[in-house]
Amino acid sequence: MAEQGTATADYANSKGFVADWSSDRQTFQIPWGKAMMWFFLLSDTFIFTSFLVGYGHARIATASVWPNASEVFSLNLFGVDMPLILIAIMTFVLITSSGTMAMAVNYGYRGNRARAASLMLMTAAFGAIFVGMQAFEWTKLIFEGVRPWENPFGAEQFGASFFMITGFHGLHVSAGVIYLVVVARKILRGDYERGAGGGNYEIVEIAGLYWHFVDLVWVFIFALFYLW
Amino acid sequence: MATEGQQHPLKLYFLIWGLLFLFSAFSYGTDFLQDGTVRWGLILLFMLLKAGFIVGIFMHMAWERVALIWAILSPPVLLLFLIGFMVIEGDYVETSRIESFVAPPEPEGLAHD
Repeated sequence: MAEQGTATADYANSKGFVADWSSDRQTFQIPWGKAMMWFFLLSDTFIFTSFLVGYGHARIATASVWPNASEVFSLNLFGVDMPLILIAIMTFVLITSSGTMAMAVNYGYRGNRARAASLMLMTAAFGAIFVGMQAFEWTKLIFEGVRPWENPFGAEQFGASFFMITGFHGLHVSAGVIYLVVVARKILRGDYERGAGGGNYEIVEIAGLYWHFVDLVWVFIFALFYLW
Repeated sequence: MATEGQQHPLKLYFLIWGLLFLFSAFSYGTDFLQDGTVRWGLILLFMLLKAGFIVGIFMHMAWERVALIWAILSPPVLLLFLIGFMVIEGDYVETSRIESFVAPPEPEGLAHD
């Protein structure tokens, strides 16, 4: 836009920071949908950090022994006990989905609708695989007697932390899968070609922000809950 | 708005993708180390590197305006205080639990109220 002139030139330094915040106009020179997604993700950051801090507190405060995640989440594959193998596969699936999502954003801005939509659907498929593996993991643990109030491995708080954190994350992944499928369908139908500002595919980037955030949260859960 | 979208070469995404795979493999590898400062340090290191790549490159934060970067990345700094307070509080609760519930029973005659 026209008034972007001077502010755009040094947007990447402290002068640009002051100019953006002090001028008598909108602060964030980005599409509002993207700004709102970032603020939503910021609030979600606080939610997930609260969960992880709550888990950390429970783990520090308990006088009983915390279950060894490496053993609890081990899987017997081909006659060998593999520690955390399912969690590792889930991690790789989610990272792969993040890669396909980043490519979808790229093709979206190039205006390649078919490519962008199919990469988004691929991302959603990886997400669905992830949730499926999580359901398998929950089933396995529930059969082994893990409950939010007790488990056969040690401290009672383990079950509550596990179901709360992975459940909330799984819910986010599931919501993301639905979101991606809806947006991909609208892209294929040509919804973003019509109306004012037609041919604008920032919606792919906004959906991508959400998806990458879900992956980001998993990085922290993987490190702090499963590996620690 | 006619802002130029976040358009970056695919090569960069593939590079970050590969690095995320590599660091995930490394963090999985820490599971085979002995518990201790080295293991915990490596877990945190790989976690922060992966988080940095995802936020910086995949979420394009590295190319955003400073006004947005600060608005999003500075509030979570408060969470470091929450983490610090809860570690101290958790230690205290654990100490009290061990003293009150796990310690050997008190001698007969000293009635609890």
